[in-house]
Amino acid sequence: MLEISGLESGYGDVRVLSGVTLSIAPGEIVALLGPNGAGKSTLLNCVAGLVRPWGGAIRWDGDDLRALDAHLIVERGVALVPEGRRLFGGMTVQENLELGAFAPRVWGGRRAALERVYALFPVLAERRRTAVQALSGGQQQMVAVGRALMARPRLLMLDEPSLGLAPRLVAAILEALAAINREGVAVFLVEQNVPAALSVAHRGYLLEGGRIVGEGSGAALMADAHVRRAYLGPLAVRHGE
Amino acid sequence: MTVLAQQLLLGLLIGGLYGLAAAGLSLIFGVMRVLNVAHGELIMLGGYGAFWLSALLGVDPFASLVIVIPASLLLGAVLYWGLFGFVVRAHEETRVKNSLLIGFGLALALHALAVRLWTADERSIPTSYGGAVLSLGDLAIPLVRLATLVLALLLIVALQLLLSRWRWGKAIRATAEDWQAALLTGIDIRRAYLLAFALGTALAGAAGTLVTVAYSVSPSIGLEWTLKALIVVVLAGLGSMMGTFVGGLVLGVAEAASAATFGGPYREIVGLVIFVVVLAVRPRGLFGR
Repeated sequence: MLEISGLESGYGDVRVLSGVTLSIAPGEIVALLGPNGAGKSTLLNCVAGLVRPWGGAIRWDGDDLRALDAHLIVERGVALVPEGRRLFGGMTVQENLELGAFAPRVWGGRRAALERVYALFPVLAERRRTAVQALSGGQQQMVAVGRALMARPRLLMLDEPSLGLAPRLVAAILEALAAINREGVAVFLVEQNVPAALSVAHRGYLLEGGRIVGEGSGAALMADAHVRRAYLGPLAVRHGE
Repeated sequence: MTVLAQQLLLGLLIGGLYGLAAAGLSLIFGVMRVLNVAHGELIMLGGYGAFWLSALLGVDPFASLVIVIPASLLLGAVLYWGLFGFVVRAHEETRVKNSLLIGFGLALALHALAVRLWTADERSIPTSYGGAVLSLGDLAIPLVRLATLVLALLLIVALQLLLSRWRWGKAIRATAEDWQAALLTGIDIRRAYLLAFALGTALAGAAGTLVTVAYSVSPSIGLEWTLKALIVVVLAGLGSMMGTFVGGLVLGVAEAASAATFGGPYREIVGLVIFVVVLAVRPRGLFGR
Protein backbone atom coordinates (compact mmCIF):
# COMPACT_ATOMS: atom_id res chain seq x y z
CA MET A 1 0.00 0.00 0.00
CA LEU A 2 2.76 2.46 1.04
CA GLU A 3 6.12 1.81 -0.59
CA ILE A 4 9.04 4.06 0.28
CA SER A 5 12.26 3.42 -1.59
CA GLY A 6 15.63 5.15 -1.47
CA LEU A 7 14.11 8.19 0.22
CA GLU A 8 16.51 11.07 0.81
CA SER A 9 15.66 14.35 2.47
CA GLY A 10 16.86 17.04 4.83
CA TYR A 11 16.70 20.70 5.70
CA GLY A 12 18.85 23.26 3.89
CA ASP A 13 22.28 21.64 3.52
CA VAL A 14 21.73 19.13 6.30
CA ARG A 15 20.96 15.61 5.13
CA VAL A 16 18.58 13.76 7.45
CA LEU A 17 17.43 10.73 5.48
CA SER A 18 19.86 8.77 3.30
CA GLY A 19 18.14 6.06 1.30
CA VAL A 20 15.27 4.87 3.45
CA THR A 21 13.31 1.91 2.11
CA LEU A 22 10.28 0.48 3.86
CA SER A 23 6.73 -0.60 3.19
CA ILE A 24 3.40 -0.82 4.96
CA ALA A 25 0.66 -3.26 3.98
CA PRO A 26 -3.10 -2.71 4.46
CA GLY A 27 -4.25 -3.31 8.03
CA GLU A 28 -0.77 -3.37 9.56
CA ILE A 29 0.53 -1.56 12.62
CA VAL A 30 4.14 -0.66 11.94
CA ALA A 31 6.39 1.03 14.49
CA LEU A 32 9.32 3.25 13.55
CA LEU A 33 11.91 3.30 16.31
CA GLY A 34 15.10 5.24 16.64
CA PRO A 35 17.01 7.76 18.74
CA ASN A 36 16.41 11.50 18.69
CA GLY A 37 17.60 13.05 15.45
CA ALA A 38 17.47 9.79 13.51
CA GLY A 39 15.00 11.33 11.05
CA LYS A 40 11.75 9.71 12.19
CA SER A 41 9.70 12.92 12.07
CA THR A 42 11.29 13.92 8.78
CA LEU A 43 10.24 10.59 7.31
CA LEU A 44 6.60 11.04 8.37
CA ASN A 45 6.60 14.66 7.21
CA CYS A 46 7.91 13.57 3.80
CA VAL A 47 5.05 11.11 3.40
CA ALA A 48 2.53 13.75 4.56
CA GLY A 49 3.94 16.29 2.10
CA LEU A 50 5.18 18.84 4.64
CA VAL A 51 8.87 18.20 3.84
CA ARG A 52 10.12 17.86 0.26
CA PRO A 53 12.10 14.69 -0.48
CA TRP A 54 15.44 15.19 -2.22
CA GLY A 55 15.31 11.84 -3.96
CA GLY A 56 13.77 8.38 -3.94
CA ALA A 57 10.12 7.51 -4.23
CA ILE A 58 7.04 7.47 -1.99
CA ARG A 59 4.41 5.31 -3.64
CA TRP A 60 0.84 5.08 -2.41
CA ASP A 61 -1.28 2.56 -4.29
CA GLY A 62 1.34 2.88 -7.01
CA ASP A 63 1.07 6.70 -7.34
CA ASP A 64 4.00 8.95 -6.45
CA LEU A 65 3.01 11.14 -3.49
CA ARG A 66 6.02 13.42 -4.01
CA ALA A 67 4.18 15.30 -6.74
CA LEU A 68 1.21 16.11 -4.48
CA ASP A 69 0.64 19.02 -2.11
CA ALA A 70 -0.01 18.03 1.50
CA HIS A 71 -3.75 18.69 1.39
CA LEU A 72 -4.11 16.36 -1.61
CA ILE A 73 -2.28 13.59 0.25
CA VAL A 74 -4.94 13.79 2.98
CA GLU A 75 -7.54 13.56 0.23
CA ARG A 76 -5.89 10.28 -0.88
CA GLY A 77 -6.39 8.77 2.58
CA VAL A 78 -3.09 9.34 4.37
CA ALA A 79 -3.39 11.31 7.64
CA LEU A 80 -0.69 12.46 10.07
CA VAL A 81 -1.03 13.23 13.77
CA PRO A 82 1.92 15.63 14.05
CA GLU A 83 4.41 15.85 16.87
CA GLY A 84 3.16 18.22 19.58
CA ARG A 85 -0.45 17.70 18.40
CA ARG A 86 -0.67 21.11 16.62
CA LEU A 87 -4.34 21.66 17.45
CA PHE A 88 -6.14 24.92 16.64
CA GLY A 89 -6.00 26.26 20.19
CA GLY A 90 -8.58 29.01 19.82
CA MET A 91 -11.26 26.62 18.58
CA THR A 92 -13.50 24.13 20.32
CA VAL A 93 -13.05 20.36 20.33
CA GLN A 94 -15.82 19.96 17.77
CA GLU A 95 -14.45 22.70 15.47
CA ASN A 96 -11.03 21.02 15.51
CA LEU A 97 -12.58 17.66 14.69
CA GLU A 98 -14.79 19.03 11.91
CA LEU A 99 -11.81 20.70 10.27
CA GLY A 100 -10.25 17.24 10.14
CA ALA A 101 -12.94 16.33 7.61
CA PHE A 102 -12.13 19.30 5.36
CA ALA A 103 -11.03 17.16 2.41
CA PRO A 104 -13.82 17.10 -0.21
CA ARG A 105 -13.91 13.27 -0.18
CA VAL A 106 -15.05 13.21 3.47
CA TRP A 107 -16.72 16.60 4.13
CA GLY A 108 -20.21 15.30 3.33
CA GLY A 109 -19.84 12.43 5.81
CA ARG A 110 -18.44 14.49 8.66
CA ARG A 111 -21.47 13.98 10.97
CA ALA A 112 -21.08 10.20 10.89
CA ALA A 113 -17.31 10.50 11.26
CA LEU A 114 -17.79 12.77 14.28
CA GLU A 115 -20.03 10.20 15.97
CA ARG A 116 -17.39 7.50 15.38
CA VAL A 117 -14.70 9.66 16.99
CA TYR A 118 -16.99 10.41 19.94
CA ALA A 119 -17.70 6.69 20.29
CA LEU A 120 -13.95 6.03 20.37
CA PHE A 121 -13.24 8.86 22.85
CA PRO A 122 -16.47 9.43 24.87
CA VAL A 123 -14.78 12.10 27.01
CA LEU A 124 -14.48 14.32 23.93
CA ALA A 125 -18.25 14.16 23.36
CA GLU A 126 -18.75 15.61 26.84
CA ARG A 127 -16.31 18.42 26.11
CA ARG A 128 -17.26 19.15 22.51
CA ARG A 129 -17.93 22.85 23.20
CA THR A 130 -14.72 23.37 25.20
CA ALA A 131 -11.77 25.26 23.72
CA VAL A 132 -8.99 22.71 23.21
CA GLN A 133 -6.59 24.93 25.17
CA ALA A 134 -8.57 24.08 28.30
CA LEU A 135 -8.15 20.30 27.88
CA SER A 136 -5.58 18.10 29.60
CA GLY A 137 -2.64 16.79 27.57
CA GLY A 138 -4.24 13.38 27.19
CA GLN A 139 -7.52 14.80 25.98
CA GLN A 140 -5.68 17.05 23.55
CA GLN A 141 -3.92 13.99 22.15
CA MET A 142 -7.32 12.34 21.72
CA VAL A 143 -8.50 15.39 19.75
CA ALA A 144 -5.36 15.19 17.61
CA VAL A 145 -5.95 11.50 16.83
CA GLY A 146 -9.66 12.18 16.32
CA ARG A 147 -8.97 15.06 13.94
CA ALA A 148 -6.80 12.79 11.79
CA LEU A 149 -9.47 10.05 11.87
CA MET A 150 -12.08 12.53 10.61
CA ALA A 151 -10.31 12.36 7.24
CA ARG A 152 -11.28 8.63 7.12
CA PRO A 153 -7.67 7.63 6.39
CA ARG A 154 -6.56 4.20 5.23
CA LEU A 155 -3.16 4.97 6.73
CA LEU A 156 -2.89 6.81 10.04
CA MET A 157 0.58 8.11 10.90
CA LEU A 158 1.38 9.27 14.44
CA ASP A 159 4.46 11.19 15.54
CA GLU A 160 5.22 10.56 19.23
CA PRO A 161 1.62 10.39 20.47
CA SER A 162 2.72 9.40 24.00
CA LEU A 163 5.04 12.38 24.48
CA GLY A 164 4.43 13.99 27.86
CA LEU A 165 1.53 11.72 28.80
CA ALA A 166 1.11 9.71 32.00
CA PRO A 167 1.41 5.91 31.54
CA ARG A 168 -2.33 5.43 32.04
CA LEU A 169 -3.05 7.83 29.17
CA VAL A 170 -0.40 6.23 26.96
CA ALA A 171 -2.21 2.94 27.43
CA ALA A 172 -5.54 4.57 26.54
CA ILE A 173 -4.12 6.03 23.33
CA LEU A 174 -2.53 2.71 22.33
CA GLU A 175 -5.78 0.91 23.05
CA ALA A 176 -7.57 3.38 20.77
CA LEU A 177 -4.98 2.75 18.04
CA ALA A 178 -5.58 -1.00 18.28
CA ALA A 179 -9.35 -0.38 18.00
CA ILE A 180 -8.85 1.88 14.97
CA ASN A 181 -6.64 -0.76 13.41
CA ARG A 182 -9.29 -3.46 13.92
CA GLU A 183 -11.53 -1.41 11.64
CA GLY A 184 -8.99 -1.87 8.86
CA VAL A 185 -6.89 1.31 9.17
CA ALA A 186 -3.15 0.77 8.82
CA VAL A 187 -1.09 2.54 11.50
CA PHE A 188 2.45 3.92 11.17
CA LEU A 189 3.69 4.80 14.63
CA VAL A 190 6.78 6.79 15.60
CA GLU A 191 7.50 6.33 19.31
CA GLN A 192 10.20 6.98 21.85
CA ASN A 193 8.39 4.67 24.22
CA VAL A 194 9.67 1.45 22.67
CA PRO A 195 7.95 -1.16 24.88
CA ALA A 196 4.64 0.65 24.40
CA ALA A 197 5.06 0.83 20.63
CA LEU A 198 6.12 -2.79 20.28
CA SER A 199 3.25 -3.96 22.47
CA VAL A 200 0.79 -3.02 19.72
CA ALA A 201 2.91 -3.12 16.53
CA HIS A 202 2.91 -6.09 14.17
CA ARG A 203 6.24 -5.06 12.74
CA GLY A 204 8.88 -2.44 13.36
CA TYR A 205 11.79 -0.68 11.69
CA LEU A 206 14.89 0.76 13.33
CA LEU A 207 16.00 4.12 11.95
CA GLU A 208 19.45 5.37 12.95
CA GLY A 209 21.38 8.22 11.36
CA GLY A 210 18.89 8.46 8.53
CA ARG A 211 19.19 4.76 7.56
CA ILE A 212 17.06 1.70 8.27
CA VAL A 213 19.35 -0.53 10.34
CA GLY A 214 16.93 -3.25 11.30
CA GLU A 215 13.45 -4.58 10.95
CA GLY A 216 11.36 -7.39 12.29
CA SER A 217 8.21 -8.43 14.06
CA GLY A 218 7.30 -6.68 17.28
CA ALA A 219 8.29 -9.67 19.38
CA ALA A 220 11.57 -10.18 17.52
CA LEU A 221 12.58 -6.53 17.96
CA MET A 222 11.64 -6.67 21.61
CA ALA A 223 14.01 -9.60 22.07
CA ASP A 224 16.79 -8.10 19.92
CA ALA A 225 19.94 -7.43 21.94
CA HIS A 226 20.74 -4.20 20.09
CA VAL A 227 17.24 -2.84 20.62
CA ARG A 228 17.37 -3.74 24.29
CA ARG A 229 20.74 -2.11 24.79
CA ALA A 230 19.98 1.04 22.77
CA TYR A 231 16.35 1.71 23.64
CA LEU A 232 15.43 -0.16 26.79
CA GLY A 233 18.49 0.70 28.88
CA PRO A 234 21.07 -1.40 30.76
CA LEU A 235 18.51 -2.55 33.30
CA ALA A 236 16.45 -4.32 30.66
CA VAL A 237 19.58 -5.95 29.24
CA ARG A 238 20.58 -7.30 32.61
CA HIS A 239 17.11 -8.69 33.23
CA GLY A 240 16.93 -10.14 29.77
CA GLU A 241 20.25 -11.94 29.74
CA MET B 1 -16.65 70.61 28.57
CA THR B 2 -19.20 70.34 25.77
CA VAL B 3 -16.50 71.20 23.26
CA LEU B 4 -14.33 68.37 24.55
CA ALA B 5 -17.26 65.92 24.51
CA GLN B 6 -18.09 66.97 20.97
CA GLN B 7 -14.50 66.40 19.86
CA LEU B 8 -14.32 63.00 21.54
CA LEU B 9 -17.60 62.05 19.85
CA LEU B 10 -16.21 62.96 16.43
CA GLY B 11 -13.09 60.96 17.29
CA LEU B 12 -15.26 57.96 18.13
CA LEU B 13 -17.08 58.28 14.81
CA ILE B 14 -13.91 58.29 12.72
CA GLY B 15 -12.54 55.52 14.95
CA GLY B 16 -15.10 53.14 13.48
CA LEU B 17 -13.50 53.65 10.08
CA TYR B 18 -10.02 53.15 11.56
CA GLY B 19 -11.31 49.83 12.87
CA LEU B 20 -12.75 48.82 9.50
CA ALA B 21 -9.59 49.85 7.68
CA ALA B 22 -7.48 47.86 10.15
CA ALA B 23 -9.68 44.74 9.96
CA GLY B 24 -8.66 44.09 6.35
CA LEU B 25 -4.97 44.62 7.07
CA SER B 26 -5.20 42.43 10.17
CA LEU B 27 -6.95 39.60 8.32
CA ILE B 28 -4.32 39.56 5.56
CA PHE B 29 -1.38 39.81 7.96
CA GLY B 30 -2.83 37.25 10.38
CA VAL B 31 -3.44 34.63 7.72
CA MET B 32 -0.63 35.20 5.21
CA ARG B 33 2.07 36.86 7.38
CA VAL B 34 2.19 39.42 4.60
CA LEU B 35 2.12 43.14 5.36
CA ASN B 36 0.29 44.93 2.58
CA VAL B 37 1.53 48.51 2.85
CA ALA B 38 -0.63 49.37 -0.17
CA HIS B 39 -3.74 48.80 1.98
CA GLY B 40 -4.32 52.56 2.22
CA GLU B 41 -4.15 52.85 -1.57
CA LEU B 42 -6.79 50.12 -1.85
CA ILE B 43 -8.93 52.23 0.52
CA MET B 44 -8.28 55.20 -1.78
CA LEU B 45 -9.41 53.16 -4.81
CA GLY B 46 -12.62 52.15 -2.99
CA GLY B 47 -13.22 55.83 -2.28
CA TYR B 48 -12.85 56.76 -5.94
CA GLY B 49 -15.16 53.90 -6.86
CA ALA B 50 -17.90 55.41 -4.72
CA PHE B 51 -17.09 58.93 -5.96
CA TRP B 52 -17.35 58.05 -9.66
CA LEU B 53 -20.43 55.88 -9.18
CA SER B 54 -22.07 58.91 -7.62
CA ALA B 55 -20.67 61.52 -10.02
CA LEU B 56 -21.26 59.61 -13.26
CA LEU B 57 -24.22 57.36 -12.54
CA GLY B 58 -25.84 59.15 -9.62
CA VAL B 59 -25.59 56.11 -7.36
CA ASP B 60 -26.16 56.94 -3.69
CA PRO B 61 -22.78 56.59 -1.94
CA PHE B 62 -24.10 54.17 0.69
CA ALA B 63 -25.80 52.07 -2.00
CA SER B 64 -22.54 52.01 -3.97
CA LEU B 65 -21.16 49.60 -1.31
CA VAL B 66 -23.16 46.91 -3.11
CA ILE B 67 -20.95 47.45 -6.16
CA VAL B 68 -17.68 48.53 -4.52
CA ILE B 69 -17.44 45.51 -2.19
CA PRO B 70 -17.72 42.81 -4.91
CA ALA B 71 -15.46 44.83 -7.21
CA SER B 72 -12.83 45.11 -4.46
CA LEU B 73 -13.16 41.39 -3.77
CA LEU B 74 -12.33 40.75 -7.41
CA LEU B 75 -9.48 43.27 -7.37
CA GLY B 76 -8.07 41.49 -4.31
CA ALA B 77 -8.17 38.17 -6.13
CA VAL B 78 -6.39 39.69 -9.14
CA LEU B 79 -3.71 41.28 -6.92
CA TYR B 80 -3.19 37.93 -5.19
CA TRP B 81 -2.78 36.08 -8.47
CA GLY B 82 -0.58 38.74 -9.99
CA LEU B 83 1.56 39.85 -7.04
CA PHE B 84 1.08 38.59 -3.51
CA GLY B 85 0.61 34.93 -4.41
CA PHE B 86 4.31 34.78 -5.25
CA VAL B 87 5.27 36.06 -1.81
CA VAL B 88 3.59 33.24 0.12
CA ARG B 89 5.72 30.71 -1.74
CA ALA B 90 8.73 32.24 -0.01
CA HIS B 91 9.88 31.03 3.39
CA GLU B 92 7.91 32.49 6.30
CA GLU B 93 10.74 34.74 7.53
CA THR B 94 11.34 36.35 4.14
CA ARG B 95 7.65 36.91 3.44
CA VAL B 96 7.25 40.22 5.29
CA LYS B 97 10.34 41.67 3.61
CA ASN B 98 9.17 40.64 0.14
CA SER B 99 5.63 41.82 0.79
CA LEU B 100 6.95 45.24 1.87
CA LEU B 101 8.77 45.63 -1.44
CA ILE B 102 5.73 44.59 -3.45
CA GLY B 103 3.41 46.69 -1.28
CA PHE B 104 5.47 49.88 -1.58
CA GLY B 105 5.74 49.37 -5.33
CA LEU B 106 2.00 48.84 -5.63
CA ALA B 107 1.29 51.86 -3.42
CA LEU B 108 3.48 54.14 -5.56
CA ALA B 109 1.96 52.81 -8.77
CA LEU B 110 -1.64 53.18 -7.59
CA HIS B 111 -0.95 56.68 -6.25
CA ALA B 112 0.62 57.81 -9.54
CA LEU B 113 -2.18 56.18 -11.52
CA ALA B 114 -4.85 57.93 -9.44
CA VAL B 115 -3.17 61.34 -9.90
CA ARG B 116 -2.86 60.71 -13.64
CA LEU B 117 -6.45 59.56 -14.10
CA TRP B 118 -8.30 61.70 -11.63
CA THR B 119 -5.92 64.61 -10.79
CA ALA B 120 -4.63 65.32 -7.28
CA ASP B 121 -7.81 67.19 -6.32
CA GLU B 122 -9.63 66.33 -3.14
CA ARG B 123 -13.11 64.98 -3.88
CA SER B 124 -16.17 64.52 -1.74
CA ILE B 125 -19.67 63.32 -2.49
CA PRO B 126 -22.44 65.87 -2.02
CA THR B 127 -25.71 64.32 -0.82
CA SER B 128 -29.09 65.76 0.09
CA TYR B 129 -28.75 64.39 3.62
CA GLY B 130 -25.10 65.40 4.04
CA GLY B 131 -25.76 68.19 6.51
CA ALA B 132 -28.26 66.33 8.71
CA VAL B 133 -27.42 66.43 12.40
CA LEU B 134 -28.84 64.53 15.34
CA SER B 135 -28.93 66.66 18.46
CA LEU B 136 -28.27 64.94 21.76
CA GLY B 137 -28.38 67.56 24.49
CA ASP B 138 -25.57 69.93 23.62
CA LEU B 139 -23.92 67.41 21.32
CA ALA B 140 -24.42 67.43 17.57
CA ILE B 141 -24.02 64.06 15.86
CA PRO B 142 -23.52 64.29 12.07
CA LEU B 143 -25.88 61.63 10.73
CA VAL B 144 -23.68 60.54 7.84
CA ARG B 145 -20.71 59.91 10.11
CA LEU B 146 -22.94 58.03 12.55
CA ALA B 147 -24.15 55.89 9.64
CA THR B 148 -20.55 55.09 8.65
CA LEU B 149 -19.81 53.95 12.20
CA VAL B 150 -22.88 51.70 12.25
CA LEU B 151 -22.09 50.26 8.80
CA ALA B 152 -18.48 49.65 9.79
CA LEU B 153 -19.70 47.73 12.83
CA LEU B 154 -22.17 45.72 10.72
CA LEU B 155 -19.42 44.81 8.25
CA ILE B 156 -17.17 43.64 11.09
CA VAL B 157 -20.00 41.52 12.51
CA ALA B 158 -20.62 40.05 9.04
CA LEU B 159 -16.92 39.23 8.71
CA GLN B 160 -16.92 37.64 12.15
CA LEU B 161 -19.90 35.46 11.17
CA LEU B 162 -18.23 34.51 7.90
CA LEU B 163 -15.07 33.44 9.71
CA SER B 164 -16.91 31.44 12.36
CA ARG B 165 -19.68 29.80 10.30
CA TRP B 166 -18.53 29.38 6.71
CA ARG B 167 -16.51 26.26 5.89
CA TRP B 168 -13.76 28.31 4.23
CA GLY B 169 -14.01 30.91 6.99
CA LYS B 170 -12.97 28.22 9.45
CA ALA B 171 -10.23 27.19 7.03
CA ILE B 172 -8.95 30.79 7.01
CA ARG B 173 -8.83 30.83 10.83
CA ALA B 174 -7.12 27.45 10.93
CA THR B 175 -4.51 28.61 8.41
CA ALA B 176 -3.90 31.75 10.47
CA GLU B 177 -3.30 29.66 13.60
CA ASP B 178 -1.04 26.98 12.13
CA TRP B 179 -0.69 26.62 8.37
CA GLN B 180 1.05 23.24 8.57
CA ALA B 181 -1.69 21.79 10.75
CA ALA B 182 -4.20 23.29 8.31
CA LEU B 183 -2.51 21.45 5.44
CA LEU B 184 -2.67 18.22 7.45
CA THR B 185 -6.44 18.55 7.82
CA GLY B 186 -6.76 18.76 4.04
CA ILE B 187 -7.11 22.54 3.67
CA ASP B 188 -5.76 23.99 0.43
CA ILE B 189 -3.95 26.86 2.18
CA ARG B 190 -3.25 28.70 -1.08
CA ARG B 191 -6.97 29.08 -1.51
CA ALA B 192 -7.31 30.21 2.11
CA TYR B 193 -4.64 32.85 1.39
CA LEU B 194 -6.47 33.96 -1.75
CA LEU B 195 -9.78 34.26 0.09
CA ALA B 196 -8.21 36.15 3.00
CA PHE B 197 -6.52 38.59 0.65
CA ALA B 198 -9.69 39.14 -1.38
CA LEU B 199 -11.78 39.64 1.79
CA GLY B 200 -9.18 42.04 3.20
CA THR B 201 -9.25 44.05 -0.03
CA ALA B 202 -13.06 44.09 0.02
CA LEU B 203 -12.92 45.54 3.55
CA ALA B 204 -10.50 48.20 2.30
CA GLY B 205 -12.89 49.08 -0.54
CA ALA B 206 -15.80 49.36 1.88
CA ALA B 207 -13.74 51.51 4.23
CA GLY B 208 -12.76 53.76 1.31
CA THR B 209 -16.38 54.24 0.34
CA LEU B 210 -17.36 55.22 3.87
CA VAL B 211 -14.35 57.54 4.20
CA THR B 212 -15.36 59.34 1.03
CA VAL B 213 -18.99 59.68 2.08
CA ALA B 214 -18.20 61.11 5.50
CA TYR B 215 -14.98 62.97 4.68
CA SER B 216 -13.21 63.11 1.30
CA VAL B 217 -10.81 61.24 -0.96
CA SER B 218 -7.68 62.24 -2.86
CA PRO B 219 -4.86 60.16 -4.37
CA SER B 220 -2.60 60.91 -1.42
CA ILE B 221 -4.76 59.58 1.46
CA GLY B 222 -3.28 56.09 1.14
CA LEU B 223 -0.21 56.38 3.36
CA GLU B 224 -2.16 58.02 6.16
CA TRP B 225 -4.73 55.19 6.17
CA THR B 226 -2.07 52.50 6.00
CA LEU B 227 -0.44 54.05 9.08
CA LYS B 228 -3.73 54.32 10.98
CA ALA B 229 -4.57 50.72 10.14
CA LEU B 230 -1.11 49.55 11.16
CA ILE B 231 -1.33 51.38 14.50
CA VAL B 232 -4.73 49.79 15.19
CA VAL B 233 -3.46 46.31 14.27
CA VAL B 234 -0.54 46.72 16.68
CA LEU B 235 -2.82 48.16 19.37
CA ALA B 236 -5.52 45.49 19.08
CA GLY B 237 -3.37 42.48 18.22
CA LEU B 238 -4.22 39.66 15.84
CA GLY B 239 -7.00 37.13 16.01
CA SER B 240 -10.12 39.10 16.92
CA MET B 241 -11.95 41.25 14.38
CA MET B 242 -14.17 42.78 17.06
CA GLY B 243 -11.02 43.58 19.04
CA THR B 244 -9.63 45.35 15.98
CA PHE B 245 -12.81 47.40 15.69
CA VAL B 246 -12.58 48.43 19.35
CA GLY B 247 -8.91 49.26 18.76
CA GLY B 248 -10.00 51.62 15.99
CA LEU B 249 -12.46 53.36 18.32
CA VAL B 250 -9.72 53.72 20.95
CA LEU B 251 -7.37 55.33 18.43
CA GLY B 252 -10.09 57.72 17.21
CA VAL B 253 -10.92 58.86 20.72
CA ALA B 254 -7.26 59.08 21.74
CA GLU B 255 -6.50 61.27 18.73
CA ALA B 256 -9.38 63.57 19.57
CA ALA B 257 -8.33 63.78 23.22
CA SER B 258 -4.77 64.56 22.22
CA ALA B 259 -5.87 67.25 19.78
CA ALA B 260 -8.15 68.79 22.41
CA THR B 261 -5.45 68.75 25.09
CA PHE B 262 -2.32 69.72 23.17
CA GLY B 263 -3.76 71.34 20.05
CA GLY B 264 -4.60 70.14 16.55
CA PRO B 265 -1.06 69.37 15.32
CA TYR B 266 -0.72 66.73 18.05
CA ARG B 267 -3.61 64.64 16.70
CA GLU B 268 -1.27 62.45 14.67
CA ILE B 269 1.36 62.06 17.38
CA VAL B 270 -0.77 60.03 19.75
CA GLY B 271 -1.06 57.13 17.30
CA LEU B 272 2.71 56.83 17.05
CA VAL B 273 3.02 57.04 20.84
CA ILE B 274 0.45 54.22 21.16
CA PHE B 275 2.40 52.24 18.55
CA VAL B 276 5.67 52.46 20.49
CA VAL B 277 4.13 51.97 23.93
CA VAL B 278 2.13 48.89 22.91
CA LEU B 279 5.16 47.30 21.23
CA ALA B 280 7.23 47.94 24.37
CA VAL B 281 4.68 46.93 27.01
CA ARG B 282 2.31 44.45 25.39
CA PRO B 283 3.62 43.34 22.00
CA ARG B 284 0.71 41.00 21.29
CA GLY B 285 -1.74 43.90 21.59
CA LEU B 286 -4.81 44.46 23.75
CA PHE B 287 -6.86 41.58 22.39
CA GLY B 288 -4.18 39.50 20.68
CA ARG B 289 -3.74 35.81 21.30
